[in-house]
Amino acid sequence: MTRRRLTRAGYNAAAVLVLAVTVFPIYWMVATGFKRGPDILSFEPRWLPIPGTLENYRSAVAKPHFLQDVRNSMLVVVATVLISLVLAFLAALAAGRFNFRGRAAMIVMLIVVQMVPLEALIIPIYLMLDGAGQTDRLAGIVVTYLTFVLPFSIWTLRGFIVNIPTELEEAAMVDGCTRAGAFRRILFPLVAPGLVATAVFSFILVWNDYLIAYVLLRSPEKQTLGIWLASFTTNHGTEWGGVMAGSTLFAIPAVVFFLLVQRRVVSGLTAGAVKG
Amino acid sequence: MSSIQDRRTLTEARPATDLAGRAAQRRRRLAPLVPYALLAPALLVLAAILGFPMYRLVSLSFQRYGLRELFAGQGTWIGLENYRDIVTDSFFWTVVARTMLFAAVAVGLTMVLGTLVALLLRNLGRRMRVAVTAGLVAAWAMPTLTAISIWQWLFDFEFGIVNWLLTWLGVDGFEQHNWFDQPLQGFTVIMIVVVWGALPFVAITLHAGLTQVPRELEEAARVDGAGAFQVFRHVTLPVMKPIFLILATLSTIWDFKVFTQIWVLLNQRPSREYFLLGIWSYSESFGVTRYGKGAAIAVVMVLLLLVVTSFYVRQMVRAVGP
Repeated sequence: MTRRRLTRAGYNAAAVLVLAVTVFPIYWMVATGFKRGPDILSFEPRWLPIPGTLENYRSAVAKPHFLQDVRNSMLVVVATVLISLVLAFLAALAAGRFNFRGRAAMIVMLIVVQMVPLEALIIPIYLMLDGAGQTDRLAGIVVTYLTFVLPFSIWTLRGFIVNIPTELEEAAMVDGCTRAGAFRRILFPLVAPGLVATAVFSFILVWNDYLIAYVLLRSPEKQTLGIWLASFTTNHGTEWGGVMAGSTLFAIPAVVFFLLVQRRVVSGLTAGAVKG
Repeated sequence: MSSIQDRRTLTEARPATDLAGRAAQRRRRLAPLVPYALLAPALLVLAAILGFPMYRLVSLSFQRYGLRELFAGQGTWIGLENYRDIVTDSFFWTVVARTMLFAAVAVGLTMVLGTLVALLLRNLGRRMRVAVTAGLVAAWAMPTLTAISIWQWLFDFEFGIVNWLLTWLGVDGFEQHNWFDQPLQGFTVIMIVVVWGALPFVAITLHAGLTQVPRELEEAARVDGAGAFQVFRHVTLPVMKPIFLILATLSTIWDFKVFTQIWVLLNQRPSREYFLLGIWSYSESFGVTRYGKGAAIAVVMVLLLLVVTSFYVRQMVRAVGP
């Protein structure tokens, strides 16, 4: 009995440690965002943002082009997610439901494609877009995002589709549905949560990008929020209160969306990994 | 008009079952094409936006392509010169070794810690498990750039909490200590940021995978006298193998390509001591505008990565099957 209690206490202590390490940086970001200037730059850390201020948020939002950057980010994210979702869903259907020559090769390709460092592809993509007059254009950046969002989405969606028993569709076909009808009435509704999860995950991938936007978008009115966030760091140093407030604002959509769907994403990923 | 009439009489004359048979036959003939038709749009887009740049990357690596060539829109073909330049440069081997070592340590730490956290989650009470999972998810969802900014602040030399904490604990020499003066310490910070960012994904996915391991199997092994480690080695691990494979592959790919963390932590001006292959390729291309050489480094990097992960990928092909 005591031994069991001891083990339990050990597990709980480990859990508290894990929790502290994972969450403290986030706490520190949020707390710093609400602190007054002198409290941020104090040699003795102020653990609580008391007395607090909204000044950092006000100055973050007042940065030039903020609203435009929000709009650009939204436009880019929505376009990328919609295009990749439609294309990936069709491809995932093929990869998850049909046996065809080249299926294994395709699945491996989806993995290998992720090995190519984006930093390296940026060079030829930059040159290609430059030739087409699409650098510093939001359309160009959407196309670039598709390079990594699309393979990832196909992989994840395949996981969701594999997870739905074929018997359900077969039963519908026995009852007189055509194959297309069975897809529409049975498979599609069942995979809809998977579509939502994949969409959110793609959303976050694109939302988080910094490098591609940094290289491809030059003019201030074309920038996305990743660049906006980077603009807090100047040659004169970093304005920590502003960065932390800005970071909090930047993180909120990603965290909220992610919290809503993370369980589904994980189940889709693991199913896709386990089932052939 | 008359032909339509004819056809109608023909159809009416034909037994309905026969007609259905015809349609089914046609469907059967077209059926093998369906998957290709479904794949076509995605593959076409990938071929255009990924295939062409990949081809461009390789061809660029055989060219002299600098600022002048960029304006002219035309590189000079120089064969293997870029590659010869790289391979004969001793710096290349330093960077390769550094990249491999960094990736190995990062993947190792991520996988081991991730497994431990996943096993821990399994042994926690409900409330504690929810709390830890929520913490992991929050860290996972942090945008990379945000996360890097936070860590930069935590390790800030003047006002960073890490220096304060170490000093408070009585460790000497951490007042106003700059972590990035020394590459070894700098890489420690980079490693912490990378592993912190990667751990949640691995831990949560493994935890989800663990729920697929039948408890009875583990209990049976325990009844037969297996210790905790043996149970893990002989029961849990084999069931989890596909998930481990995929996570290890993805982690290797990601950690081999670590870029943004270093780039941002070092204020977009990393010194050569901090170069990994990705950073080196990027700074050759965009820093000193030698796109040809930058491309060659990138190609070498992909080839190395293919070699490193070939074992995993082969295993995965086997798991997915023909």
